[in-house]
Amino acid sequence: MLQLIKEHPILRFSQGKLVKFSFDGKDMEGFEDEPIAMALHANGVRTYRITPAMKRPRGFFCAIGKCSSCFMVVDGVPNVRTCVMPLKEGMKVETQTGKGSIPMDAEG
Amino acid sequence: MSSEIKKTDLLVVGGGAAGLSAAAEAAAYGASVIVLDSDLHLGGQLVKQTHKFFGSKDEHAGTRGFKIADILMQEIEDNKANIKLFTNTTAVGYYKNDSMVTVMHGEDEYYKIQPKKMIMATGAQEKMLPFPNNDLPGVCGAGAVQTLMNVYGVIPGKRVLMIGAGNIGLIVSYQLMQAGVDVAAVAEFLPNVGGYWVHAAKIRRLGVPILLRHTIKAALGTDYVESAVVQDVDTGECENIECDIICMAVGLTPTNEILWQAGCDMRYVPQLCGHVPLRDPKLRTSNPDVWVAGDAAGIEEASSAMVEGRIAGLAAAESLGLNINKDKFDVYHARLDDLRRAGEKIRCGLAQVMIDDWRDQ
Repeated sequence: MLQLIKEHPILRFSQGKLVKFSFDGKDMEGFEDEPIAMALHANGVRTYRITPAMKRPRGFFCAIGKCSSCFMVVDGVPNVRTCVMPLKEGMKVETQTGKGSIPMDAEG
Repeated sequence: MSSEIKKTDLLVVGGGAAGLSAAAEAAAYGASVIVLDSDLHLGGQLVKQTHKFFGSKDEHAGTRGFKIADILMQEIEDNKANIKLFTNTTAVGYYKNDSMVTVMHGEDEYYKIQPKKMIMATGAQEKMLPFPNNDLPGVCGAGAVQTLMNVYGVIPGKRVLMIGAGNIGLIVSYQLMQAGVDVAAVAEFLPNVGGYWVHAAKIRRLGVPILLRHTIKAALGTDYVESAVVQDVDTGECENIECDIICMAVGLTPTNEILWQAGCDMRYVPQLCGHVPLRDPKLRTSNPDVWVAGDAAGIEEASSAMVEGRIAGLAAAESLGLNINKDKFDVYHARLDDLRRAGEKIRCGLAQVMIDDWRDQ
């Protein structure tokens, strides 16, 4: 059950299409092209990564792609700023532990 | 990196209140304009504001912030033949020798833009306080909470402790209640409320305590915020406040990396909340191809950011050799003076960075 605002005195939300994605292997739903981090928050996920040295949980913090708190592994790619990365159908989102490693088959 | 180079008369970095105003102004005189925004949507902070603005009628006083964004977007639409908009796109490098800007779209697509002139309208970012566990999930910026609930309609949490009783702390507290979220308290280190009285009155009427001379001593919780220790800074007395979100509204600082890269002569000005570029009355920086507008020029508010955007857009169009209406400078400067009449701190800050004429330097 997504934690969404049902009634608001001023704002009307025009959420797009619901799409399926996975978080650490669990099936979840979110709105297409909204940032991954927002979809995770609506699904009750609070820990997005574990820091390399101190092993501390980090989550949603700045939401403008500046602070690095929400770095996650998305479709195998680490250090994705999930607060500004649009959600797509079938995305595989994972908690990032440590610095993450670059997939060996990456292009470019 | 794509080998394509996009050429344009004017590049506006930042599509918020200042950037959109600048783009609309310059495009109306025939300049080709590219606007970049690192976010997924344009409008910057305007789109998150549910309250009616103050200021003057010229800057849409009496209109709610998100509606002002709609008005600006309509003006952009009216000039769409001259304006290209790129969201989820960040300017990451400025190369002065060939006036080249490298930009990143999403996480892995890079390309180059070569503008004749640039307006930096990069806005601001939030400040933070040091305290134990300030990295715990659940401690987040006030702007982030606003984005979550007012742009995407997601419930941020059950009970919020707000740190800071400036305008942002007060406004976001009220917005949280509009979204149905309980606000436990607003803690403010200063002995008085920093924001407008009307915003403080709205949340006091709803029973939210504003704890003056109080600050956060620690966040508590294992995987997530469960409570916060709030301390009276005069008596040292501590209390534990149960909450699952600690919302930090302790001020903003100009986003200025690209201004540094562009070689602009910068000054640290406490009244403007950080390092800002020297500028002339038309908002040109020490780099003759670069103007600044909005919070990047010093933390102020959206109304003056929109007027600054107009001035920078007009000045950039003028320097491109376009046939502008020069009388508009006086009109815009008069509006700024009006908006700043009560802003002694801002005027004091601006006096430290204003250059009468770069040719005298």
